[in-house]
Amino acid sequence: MQTIEQYLPTHPFFAGLDDEALALVTGCAVNAHVRTGAYLFREGEPADTFYVVRSGRVAIRMRLPTDAVVVDTARDGDVVGWSWLVPPYRWTFDAVATEDTSFVSIDGACLRGKCEADPALGYALLQRVVRIMSTRLHSARVRLLDLYGTRS
Amino acid sequence: MTMLPRPFRVTRTTRDTQDTHTLDLVALDGEPLAFASGQFTMLDAFGVGEVPISISGDPGRPEVLRHTIRDVGSVSRALATAAPGAVLGVRGPFGTGWEVGAGRGGDVVFVAGGIGLAPLRPAVLEVVRAREDYDRVVLLYGARTPEDILFGDDLRSWAEDHDIDVEVIVDNGPHAWRGSVGLVTQLIDRAEFDATRTLALICGPEVMMRHSAAALGDRGVPRARVRLSMERNMKCGVGLCGHCQLREYFLCLDGPVLSYDALEPLMARAEL
Repeated sequence: MQTIEQYLPTHPFFAGLDDEALALVTGCAVNAHVRTGAYLFREGEPADTFYVVRSGRVAIRMRLPTDAVVVDTARDGDVVGWSWLVPPYRWTFDAVATEDTSFVSIDGACLRGKCEADPALGYALLQRVVRIMSTRLHSARVRLLDLYGTRS
Repeated sequence: MTMLPRPFRVTRTTRDTQDTHTLDLVALDGEPLAFASGQFTMLDAFGVGEVPISISGDPGRPEVLRHTIRDVGSVSRALATAAPGAVLGVRGPFGTGWEVGAGRGGDVVFVAGGIGLAPLRPAVLEVVRAREDYDRVVLLYGARTPEDILFGDDLRSWAEDHDIDVEVIVDNGPHAWRGSVGLVTQLIDRAEFDATRTLALICGPEVMMRHSAAALGDRGVPRARVRLSMERNMKCGVGLCGHCQLREYFLCLDGPVLSYDALEPLMARAEL
């Protein structure tokens, strides 16, 4: 298995980051693995981690009064969570591993500290997070149209 | 003759999802209805009305005319709920086909959304029949929910028995859903194919096709190698009435399958 230093440059989210920036990110990161059914986080909990998915699958769930619905999924090459970057740093969804999942777990407070100390790193990471947010917003808007429903 | 419906008897019906049914029909005169994948017929529920429905059957078995119909109105409801033994009128087949054979020697990517998998099914069956003529074959399918996924047995067989990379994604899933959730365009971004030698066939709601064609373009698939099946208000089926006109095209005659280089400027215009 690749070390974090070897793996992060190959992950699409970190593509284009220089070695110095990658070293700063790596300093906040550890490898982790969870079994199917394990929660990465729950709605309302402090958002203190940024998850970089190496393998497996994570479901982003919204809790309903008596059930839950999966509103997004993340696989290898994806990242999970941006609430670590945005005050008040609380998760707004649940995240559950629907397969055995390996990921790089990055300490959100550590990363925020490095971003504040190094604005170039902060801007580079923000650009990448905003791209993910934009993609997911677009996905949510298109799905809001209910294209496969009876109206279309 | 193209204006006169031929009587076909419903020989078998299958309920695919809550609102979608598949009908097998056989001509009363015994003459098979040869068709190309991607073509449609005008299907007539006598006394109720006539609507265009794409053929979802196997072009290699023209003796059985198969249609997969979603119940969205009075005519489609009468057709979708027709019982075995019922007689329906059939005009056609009409329109252009997928011409999936143009993908021989390279990769083929099918992108389907919702009921759009039904018109693509004949083209997939053509590829399955000559699987060795194609390199990588990818089928990306977006559905509303897991309960709305069509042709589940086919999807499994195409993946397990015919070396087709099948990926399904739903708009939202119940908590027990273990598959992907999101847009079908997300599957395009991560699918493995050689864009420079890919033929892509897309069928689904127009917004989904527009975004999918753009995503394929971003991957480097030439626009002339991306084909879409367009839907408008087909009536006569022979390019006379003009109901299905899309600027210079009569979609019943020049379509429904057209390449994206022809369609892109038209799809970008809201008033067409």
